[in-house]
Amino acid sequence: MTVTRAPAETLSVLDRPNSYIGKTVPRPNLDRLLQGRGQYVSDLELPRMAHVVFLRSPYAHARIVAIDADAARRMSGVIAVVTGRELEAVITPWVGVLSHLKGLKSAPQHAIAVDRACWQGEAVAAIVATSRAAAEDAMEHVVVDYEELAAVTDMRTALDPATPVIHASLGDNLAFERTLDAGDVDQALSDSEVVEAEFVFGRHTGVTLEPRAVVADWNAAEARLTIYQGTQAPHMVQNIAALHLRLKEAQVRVVCKDVGGSFGIKVHIYADEMATYALSKLLRRPIKFVADRVESFNTDIHARDHRCRGRIGVRSDGTITAFEIDDLTGIGPYSMYPRTSAIEANQVVNLVGGPYVTANYRARARVVFQNKNVMCQYRAVGHPIACSITEGLVDLAASKIGMDPVEIRRRNLISDDAYPCASPSGMKFEQLSHHASLAKLLQMMDYGALRAEQAALRTRNIHRGIGFASFIEVTNPSATFYGVGGAKISSQDGVAVRLDAQGSVICQTSITEQGQGSESLTAQIVGSVLGVSMERVRVILGDTDNTPYGGGTWASRGAGIGGEAALQAAKALRQNILDVAAAILQSRPAGLDIVNNRIVNADDGAPRIELNELARIVYFRPDTLPPGIQPELMATRHFVPRQYPFAFTNGVQASWLEVDTETGFVTLLKHWVVEDCGTIINPQLVDEQIRGGVVQGLGAALFEKCIYDERGQLTNANMADYLVPMSGEMPDIEIGHVVSPTQETELGAKGAGEAGTAGAAAAVANAVNDALRPFGATITEIPLTPQVILTALGRI
Amino acid sequence: MKAAAFAYARATSVMNALELLAAHGDRAKVLSGGQSLMPAMNLRLLSPDILVDVGGLAELRGIAVRGNLLVVGALTRHVDLLRSPEVALHASLLRDAVAHVAHPAIRNRGTIGGSLAHADPASELPACVVALGATIVVRGPAGERRIAATEFFKGIYETALSPDELLVAVEVPVAGRGATFFFQEYARRHGDYAVVGLAASAVVAAGRFSDLRLGFFAVGDRPLLAAAAGKLINASVTSALLAEAATALADELDPQEDQQASPAMRRHLATVLLRRCVAALLARSELEAGVTR
Repeated sequence: MTVTRAPAETLSVLDRPNSYIGKTVPRPNLDRLLQGRGQYVSDLELPRMAHVVFLRSPYAHARIVAIDADAARRMSGVIAVVTGRELEAVITPWVGVLSHLKGLKSAPQHAIAVDRACWQGEAVAAIVATSRAAAEDAMEHVVVDYEELAAVTDMRTALDPATPVIHASLGDNLAFERTLDAGDVDQALSDSEVVEAEFVFGRHTGVTLEPRAVVADWNAAEARLTIYQGTQAPHMVQNIAALHLRLKEAQVRVVCKDVGGSFGIKVHIYADEMATYALSKLLRRPIKFVADRVESFNTDIHARDHRCRGRIGVRSDGTITAFEIDDLTGIGPYSMYPRTSAIEANQVVNLVGGPYVTANYRARARVVFQNKNVMCQYRAVGHPIACSITEGLVDLAASKIGMDPVEIRRRNLISDDAYPCASPSGMKFEQLSHHASLAKLLQMMDYGALRAEQAALRTRNIHRGIGFASFIEVTNPSATFYGVGGAKISSQDGVAVRLDAQGSVICQTSITEQGQGSESLTAQIVGSVLGVSMERVRVILGDTDNTPYGGGTWASRGAGIGGEAALQAAKALRQNILDVAAAILQSRPAGLDIVNNRIVNADDGAPRIELNELARIVYFRPDTLPPGIQPELMATRHFVPRQYPFAFTNGVQASWLEVDTETGFVTLLKHWVVEDCGTIINPQLVDEQIRGGVVQGLGAALFEKCIYDERGQLTNANMADYLVPMSGEMPDIEIGHVVSPTQETELGAKGAGEAGTAGAAAAVANAVNDALRPFGATITEIPLTPQVILTALGRI
Repeated sequence: MKAAAFAYARATSVMNALELLAAHGDRAKVLSGGQSLMPAMNLRLLSPDILVDVGGLAELRGIAVRGNLLVVGALTRHVDLLRSPEVALHASLLRDAVAHVAHPAIRNRGTIGGSLAHADPASELPACVVALGATIVVRGPAGERRIAATEFFKGIYETALSPDELLVAVEVPVAGRGATFFFQEYARRHGDYAVVGLAASAVVAAGRFSDLRLGFFAVGDRPLLAAAAGKLINASVTSALLAEAATALADELDPQEDQQASPAMRRHLATVLLRRCVAALLARSELEAGVTR
């Protein structure tokens, strides 16, 4: 790895002896998961628990004329059939807007549709029974009389006067519009060669291994609701469930144990989950909802359905003079709650052109309603769109002036010594490393040799391409992301650390674990700072009753924010321990240290007292301590970024692939990523996060698309027809790092969870166009299916 | 995604299975490997009253050579076809094809009889048995009958099998001198249903085809034995002749539109497969002209 800054003069807490920071150590939860002892909500059984299935609208848009559930109610095992109208008594509707997204509007959404269903898949009735199978049997006997309404499906015509307005109260189908005009774009373009293209992105979704799952348990005796849910943000769920069920937050406990993948899919509030909470309160018993795969495709948030016209100005010397975009996205019938469905388009505006120097940038983004499943934030929100547009335009500009794609980037990427600085859209960059990253990438891929190989193969009619994508990534969001808009989504996190009576450590953190290693990184930090071995650190997360208040794990924030809170809490506990140790040992705290689970002399490392002995004295023989000492072997710290709205990271990716120009099939041969997430806590976890992210980006590039017909029917809602990327089609993914720690925290860590997804599709699209260059074909649409490629080649 | 309730009977013999089928008619479904049937039931696309499980019938198992026939029992699993020395020796097309069928977990359970009786137009084995000139052996209340593979497939999920009959075996002529095979399919991901595929069986002597059977799949409602192959038999294959055959093939096909490909793309890919197949079988790479791989 390359470190861009010299180490600090003094050693930090991270450089202590036997530090786990920067080391690949096994995850503490590995044995538990590998032995099948994970605690997933899907497996949870409670006494008297009933199962709910939702009867979902078969129409994209329909009036619900009548629901006849009499026959279903009489069936064996059926406990209740509940309509939206009946559930309204228990739970209030919501509107997914944020005040800082000026003009964003949406309509009230109900837990179960009342009067009208607005997408194919919206729940219109809940069937509660003693088993899922019994509920599904009964569902076939619920008769709904629908009156089909005209469906708005094409985002391009959603704003036309002739198109019906989905929510009459809103006046039109425009949910949100943002414009930005920085510098002088017209002047810049008038002096330049201008290249223009329309970029088209397929709507796709997250496809978690474990579907969304919730068990809601209303205990009428305690007047308390316990929600077991695979979620990324337990405190957010607590807040919203309480708000809409008219409870105090103290009456709602959210427990989130193991989660089978989330990727942003599980950071939202879904109508069917809200309905499940409400049904538990209504029926006064535990209710379980586990989405099946078809429901997942029809109701898990979709993302990325964008069409964007982009323009770039370039001079013959390679100077990029301006970027201009006009982005359009269709988000379904409601803005999602509570994070809203305007964030992705907003991010596109924020991020286009972000890696580059030019100050001239004009953008418009429009977000429109349509009768399709809801769209919202999925891993790397907006980044893949912004990166594909930016990097696609940069390659088109390079091609226009006959410049190598690497050279045009060298000439325009923000210089590594130019920081701190800001982008034309106002994004503040503390320290990025575009040039160091690009240099490292070229070395890893042996760029010169690869170009020579490409040229040699061309003579044999083998068409390979090389594509690059520089990117920036939003991580460690502060309150500017959601809090300022009025959402009760915490941007701070808290960690409590305590020493138990045998010298082990219990750590409670508000970040959550969905497989990315939050538990491991917390234990690594706490163990390193305290001087105790990791196996002595037990991490508790995912329980609003038993962790400090905090945001959870999303937007690449767990390590950077939760990790810093863990570091500060462990530092405070360490000081408390040393104070007690000094009193016992008649020494000074500054003369002592903790290493390998024992107190030692700071200067010569000589052992003084074991931590378990210290704990024994504190908890059982405090009478032997000097007078006046009140030991405090627990410490809690919270952290929230204050200086920078986001800790931006950066990186660059490259793709090497082959296009069969007869069949249109693409074979991915190799993928490289160089990424700068600041301090790396666990290299393996970071690398695998990046690989996983790349694979999701490659899925978008070649395979994944929710295919709707003109009537708003999702036609490939199953794992046979919706193509997720599989290992057989994936290339080796080589990863390198440049390290620019953020100075805002002592830990220095920025996020790494979304970097892979941000740039992978852009690199592939550029590589395909590079491969197709001899044929004069340019494609700016993903997924790059054989049909798309053969069409561009004029073969069909 | 739970199947509707159904009754289950585990057949104790072929006779017993036939009795059960006779008793329940088209309300029964035969359960073999279950790799297509069970998902369809869980999606409630199928709700049979009763499943007749033939999985325990040893008489439907096994691969044997009898005279000049390779006899493959209906319960032979895909993985068995992949590993069988008899298949490798006498009908290696089946082995080559099975490597493209889904994934190991599915190949460990799916059976040849199930695949043929299911008759998915995009699946590999129906095209193979057509290309191999195999015979499908079925047993019913009236006894046994043999149906040429080319007569067996009637449409999407439709076969010559009646509801009271059971597919018991496949008879494949063993490969003779000069016999050679080609199998390739284009699928979006390995193991997916093919966008277009070709299972070919040929006899090559002195650089010419003395026989050529081209079994295309995923190009229509059933596997198609391409008549265009006739143009290449007992002829000196030139690029011009191959182009003529490709044109004839494109005319002969009437492919469906789906999410993976338009009819035009299927026609195009079929002709690419034809050229690559002929070039490979005759070991003349120049016939692939314009082909990049």
